[in-house]
Amino acid sequence: MSFATHSVTTSVTRSMARSLGAGEATRLLLYRNFLAYRRAWWIFLTGFLEPVFYLFSIGVGVGQLVSGFEFNGEVIGYASFVAPGMLAASAMNGTVLDATMNFFFKLKYNKLYDQMLATPLTTSDVARGELAWSLLRGGIYSTAFLLVMVAMGLVHSWWAVLVVPASLLIGLAFGGIGMALTTWMRSWQDFEFVTLATLPMFLFSATFFPVTAYPGALRWVVEVTPLYRGVVLCRELTTGMVSWASGASLLYLVALGAVGLYICRRRLDRLLLT
Amino acid sequence: MTDTTSPAPTAPTAPTAPTSVWAGAWRLADYWAMVYRRTWKASVVSSFVTPLLYVLAMGVLLGGFIDGDPARLEGATSYLAFVVPGMLAAQTMTSVVGECTYPVMSAVKWHKTYFAMTTSPLSVPEVILANLGFVLARVALASVVFLAVTACFGVYVSWWGVLAALPVQLLLGLAFAAPVYAFTAGLMNETAFSLVFRLGMIPMFLFSGAFFPVANLDAPLEAVARATPLWHGVDLTRMLVLGELDPTTALVHVVYLAALAGLGWWWAVRRLTRRMVV
Amino acid sequence: MEAKLGESMIRAVGLRKRFGDFEAVRGIDVDVRRGESFGFLGPNGAGKSSTMRMVAAVSPVTEGELRILGMDPATDGPAIRARIGVCPQDDTVDTELSVRENLYIYGRYFGLPRKEVRARVDELLEFVQLTEKANAVVDDLSGGMKRRLTIARSLVNRPEILLLDEPTTGLDPQARHVVWERLFALKQQGVTLVLTTHYMDEAEQLTDRLVVMDKGLIVAEGSPLSLIAEHSTREVAELRFPVPPEGGSHAPMAAQVEDLADRVEVLPDRLLLYTDDGEECVAKVHERGLEPAATLVRRSSLEDVFLRLTGRTLVD
Repeated sequence: MSFATHSVTTSVTRSMARSLGAGEATRLLLYRNFLAYRRAWWIFLTGFLEPVFYLFSIGVGVGQLVSGFEFNGEVIGYASFVAPGMLAASAMNGTVLDATMNFFFKLKYNKLYDQMLATPLTTSDVARGELAWSLLRGGIYSTAFLLVMVAMGLVHSWWAVLVVPASLLIGLAFGGIGMALTTWMRSWQDFEFVTLATLPMFLFSATFFPVTAYPGALRWVVEVTPLYRGVVLCRELTTGMVSWASGASLLYLVALGAVGLYICRRRLDRLLLT
Repeated sequence: MTDTTSPAPTAPTAPTAPTSVWAGAWRLADYWAMVYRRTWKASVVSSFVTPLLYVLAMGVLLGGFIDGDPARLEGATSYLAFVVPGMLAAQTMTSVVGECTYPVMSAVKWHKTYFAMTTSPLSVPEVILANLGFVLARVALASVVFLAVTACFGVYVSWWGVLAALPVQLLLGLAFAAPVYAFTAGLMNETAFSLVFRLGMIPMFLFSGAFFPVANLDAPLEAVARATPLWHGVDLTRMLVLGELDPTTALVHVVYLAALAGLGWWWAVRRLTRRMVV
Repeated sequence: MEAKLGESMIRAVGLRKRFGDFEAVRGIDVDVRRGESFGFLGPNGAGKSSTMRMVAAVSPVTEGELRILGMDPATDGPAIRARIGVCPQDDTVDTELSVRENLYIYGRYFGLPRKEVRARVDELLEFVQLTEKANAVVDDLSGGMKRRLTIARSLVNRPEILLLDEPTTGLDPQARHVVWERLFALKQQGVTLVLTTHYMDEAEQLTDRLVVMDKGLIVAEGSPLSLIAEHSTREVAELRFPVPPEGGSHAPMAAQVEDLADRVEVLPDRLLLYTDDGEECVAKVHERGLEPAATLVRRSSLEDVFLRLTGRTLVD
């Protein structure tokens, strides 16, 4: 290739700027986030601690006051009960934080996406890239958490290996919906609604106590919330009590993720390409 | 043309330097009232709803699976009665830490509202005092609401203890607010806040006796938990509302928290002065 | 002239400001009298803002003596700040409050009663022509409006001295003129103005007397006209030439005309001839057979003084 004999704009031999393939674009965005986080590696590291702290506090500390629970008809230790719940809940909390607060900051203040979309990247690339980053991080955290569970003797089945992909699915479902909703947010004050949605799910989705604690109708409401589906799915996997109901949870989360991503993409096109 | 200097028909009040730090801080009352009017909506969930949700989930629902054995619950006759004072103290900590991190950083670094204040006759100690006063006013409001709502659960044994728990929240609030404020005042980059939350506030929230007796921890960890300011606040609050006050222990708690507040104040004035008066 | 001016408002003797090893102000003497409009002129980093912050009683003096309204900022900071107005370089207005709220809140810091502050705010909104924007949130204001708001805020306590740090930096020409006009009105009312600027036209427009600062020192002092008279000539003849090829210079050409002017300055695209009679000078240049691409004769300005004193090298 020779640059010397051609002016930069009319060169025919230089590599042409072109649109990127989906995989290529996603890798590029992942790399960008990796660079941004490299300087704050300890933020990445400590992000893993919160669910572990909850596990030790509620699962172990409070657990000493609780006698075992029945789950799918079998009695299990309280820590074994709480641990998969924390895993699912932290998959939700992690991606929701990325998909709402962090995404909003980049969208409104950083103008990062405006800059990206001035290049051959498309809105789908951006959404996919951000979500991929969030999931990658979530996957690393879930794996680490699973290892903690193994070390504490809270894993009772080989099915447990599947909680890592399950947590990614939970992340995908919440991440898609979260990003989609963020495109409607006007100011930081709107994030109170995010807390208002995620905190009750965190506390009431059978994470700390079985769903049987609720009277009939209320129990039905809890059972259709997405986090509840994630929590039971994870719990069925780590205790080895997998059933057809696990498949229903799986389908539910996949469908939620697909809908969220579809809306998010439509909204981003409208917001950024006008 | 509007005349902007010559005296108005009735001579205007002369602008003055404040006569004391308290008088100076009071001049900022209108500012903080305006800030609250502007932002209260955004704090409804975190100030009033979150702690009650925890009480509901942990105290009521999880509590249904826990025996109300006073011997294992520091004298409480139910897990709900045990967790309610814990949550009160814990919410005091979380709201105060939240208020003394990003908002203070904003006033020093992003919006620079403090710099406008100190071009007026007000000085650094007055600016800090007013800000901490605002933080404590919010603690008072959140605590009153929390105490009033949880009183309906019938978990309080001593009504005067409940009344006394209110000033205890202010003391506990100041014991957290002043040092955290001081930390923020000298901080250049806000990423360190993640450490404050993840390695300071969340572990304290979870392990300082709010959710379970610290005696359930291994001996070395129990010693660490008993050294945290939140444990002193939790224990004091719990003794008061359960009507099981041990005067000596209570005095230790008060002295510990007051010392922390005093040191924090001294450090805050020093750090913010160094940051702003250069 | 000095005799007509009033009491001393700001007096600095041997004033110094150090930040660690760096000395921003290296011993300056200043005396500003009541009713005067006084300017600090200098390039970035000359020590103007450091001086202003000391005068505003927000930055401690490292060495030397400073008296504001007869008081020592080290001991009477709050009392001094009660009687002066400060318009900082960056607008520190509260972007989340409305225009009116900003002024009201600030007025309260001075211990003024609510009712009086409200009346004063209306007065000031009118003065800076923001009455229609009274309820707008600051975020929605243009740069010029924000600056006018900052100026209004600095007037809320009817200050005896108004300090303005680069009052029009970053504003577009229309906005600059509005600000100048308002400041001129204040000057007419007898407010003592002290401003820093690196705009020569601003200094010529607004100040009665100014000092030129460079590297922390005062390098010249006087009225704009006296400074021009002292450090420059009456006129400047500019001779434009094509930019010489790489490595070349107009220096040989300058040597040919050196005797025609008090001073000759060589720039990449032109020669500047400092002289009392520009037209005559240009005529003589032509007589010597030099043929500039264009010529311009203009009156000498403060800019010439400034560049003469502080040099053309970029300081940032």
